[in-house]
Amino acid sequence: MFALIQGVEGFMYPNETELQWSILIVFYPYITGLVAGAFILASLERVFRVESVKPTYRLALLTALAFLLVAPLPLQLHLGHPERSFEMFLTPHTSSAMAMFGFVYLWYLTAVLVVEIWLDFRKDIVMFSRTAPKSTRWIYKILTLGSQNISERSLAIDDRTGWIVTVIGIPSAFLLHGYVGFIFGSVKANPWWSTPLMPVVFLFSAMVSGIALVLLLYMFLMRVRHQIIDMRCVDTMGRYLFYMFVIDFSLEMLDLIHRVYEADESFHTLDFMVHTRLYFSQIVLQIGLGTLLPLALLAATQVFRISAPVRRLLYSLAGALTLIGIFAMRWNVVIGGQLFSKSFLGYTTYKMSFATREGLLPSIFLMILPFFILWGLVRFLPPWTTEDSEPLRAHHGGVS
Amino acid sequence: MNMTRREWLRSTKLLLLTPAAAAFVDRLCGDTTAIPDKYQMAQHYWGMTIDIEKCIGCGNCVRACAAENHVQSGSFRTWVERYHVADWPADQPIVDSPDGAFNGFPPMADTGGKSFFVPKLCNQCEHSPCVQVCPVGATFETPDGLVLVDQSYCLGCRYCVQACPYGCRFIDEAKQVVDKCTLCYHRISKGLTTACCEACPTGARTLADLKNPKDPVHEFLRNNSIQVLKPHMATGSKVYYRDLDESVR
Repeated sequence: MFALIQGVEGFMYPNETELQWSILIVFYPYITGLVAGAFILASLERVFRVESVKPTYRLALLTALAFLLVAPLPLQLHLGHPERSFEMFLTPHTSSAMAMFGFVYLWYLTAVLVVEIWLDFRKDIVMFSRTAPKSTRWIYKILTLGSQNISERSLAIDDRTGWIVTVIGIPSAFLLHGYVGFIFGSVKANPWWSTPLMPVVFLFSAMVSGIALVLLLYMFLMRVRHQIIDMRCVDTMGRYLFYMFVIDFSLEMLDLIHRVYEADESFHTLDFMVHTRLYFSQIVLQIGLGTLLPLALLAATQVFRISAPVRRLLYSLAGALTLIGIFAMRWNVVIGGQLFSKSFLGYTTYKMSFATREGLLPSIFLMILPFFILWGLVRFLPPWTTEDSEPLRAHHGGVS
Repeated sequence: MNMTRREWLRSTKLLLLTPAAAAFVDRLCGDTTAIPDKYQMAQHYWGMTIDIEKCIGCGNCVRACAAENHVQSGSFRTWVERYHVADWPADQPIVDSPDGAFNGFPPMADTGGKSFFVPKLCNQCEHSPCVQVCPVGATFETPDGLVLVDQSYCLGCRYCVQACPYGCRFIDEAKQVVDKCTLCYHRISKGLTTACCEACPTGARTLADLKNPKDPVHEFLRNNSIQVLKPHMATGSKVYYRDLDESVR
């Protein structure tokens, strides 16, 4: 009876029946991954000179910032003593992967993302500090940091400095999300997590989710603004999404094949879990709907000659499914890794609450919050440049 | 001899002062022989031995631990598991631990095979995965070989709970910090044994001081077939089981 109430099957160590990391910890790597992915997409244009994705460059940066600001909140909500979290900065335990989060996060936020956004928007900030309504002008004035110089030479220096920051930013973004993978991958007590592939899988899945998010946001915002969607840009993003997805899926399959072939002592437990408790979230959502289907849709755009409106539809569908699939992947890692006993003799159930500190409601709020922040950022620092803006009436169907 | 109380006090006052004077002189001279057996961390290195054959699954240890350490209901600093291995495969035992064996075990139908009890507690690992992952160092190893938690410093992030391969850690719901077996540090540092060892009616559990050459642990380790839990984890566990069956996880 006790086991039935607890949702326990088989034998769990007595302290194991309740899950320690909730849905909030699912959102944490998900949001961080979106940050890293959006930034790496932005760096495509800046560092690797992929000119076709330029219309999304500034949007990708603002997206990364909006999500980065929210990234630590699920952790804070989850902590038993959030008021002590600053101890991680004051007395960090250097052997702990988690302890390094604060430093990597701060580095990425202050030394990379904010600096790059400031350098890139400096000209706009200076212009707004002169032309914006009085109510907001003072904010822009503060943001100029006292420099009103927007001469050609000054902007060229900004551009060069921004390039250097982006070059530093790419490994930083890799570090930001790779470390999140390491947090899980380094737990040797848990065979579901403990694999050296985990940081690499996290990285590529981060890039996949980031590209998908910016792709969807770009198309949505263009539609809302009644602007033409640059199909060259969308096609390039679709192509990169496809490539990254192929690598990500290959890595995940490599991990799976390795586990199946090695079949160590944990294999039967994990195999049972995938076929029962994680069947829907892993086989159906993550692999079927969230990976194979979007891969097929993206492959179709690469192989067949499809009209622009249909391509846009396919990209939208593939992007949305990708985001669901990557979320399912995070879910399966975080929640899945706690559903079985470390004795490999039993299984428990995750009982998600709703309106509690670690329930579904705050999680939904945390997922919506970055979009509100992004809305504010886009209003405050419009990422659109004049060459991006072409009214919808001027074209019919965009550029193929 | 007739002597009033006043006279007696007057005649013995010097005698009364003697011990006080001696203590004062000792202090001046730095003589510590008079200080009663003060606990020296460096002289100890704690662990535990468990004799599987002796455990009868009565749950005395679980109850004693809960009472001594005010362990919240539903969580366990120590617990007892009952294993039943019918025949083969031996790696598929039937295991139960109703309420951590707080009330012992209900009788089991005799279906053949072997049954035995396995007491569990924090393994006080020498290379603790929980210590390694703690982001602020709230979990730490003491010089006398224990893994302890500074609850006034713990964030309640639960990373250590995930990192422990033995399921020995839990969250104290009232304090919102992690809790675990301390090997009754408050007792053993005063020369006592742990609550679980004291309550064990068969002597299945024995506190072991590995640095003490006279401790029976050395004979126990030398003369028996010894195993630790999950040796492949290489955590340097210091809870040594005698004749541990291969089915035990």
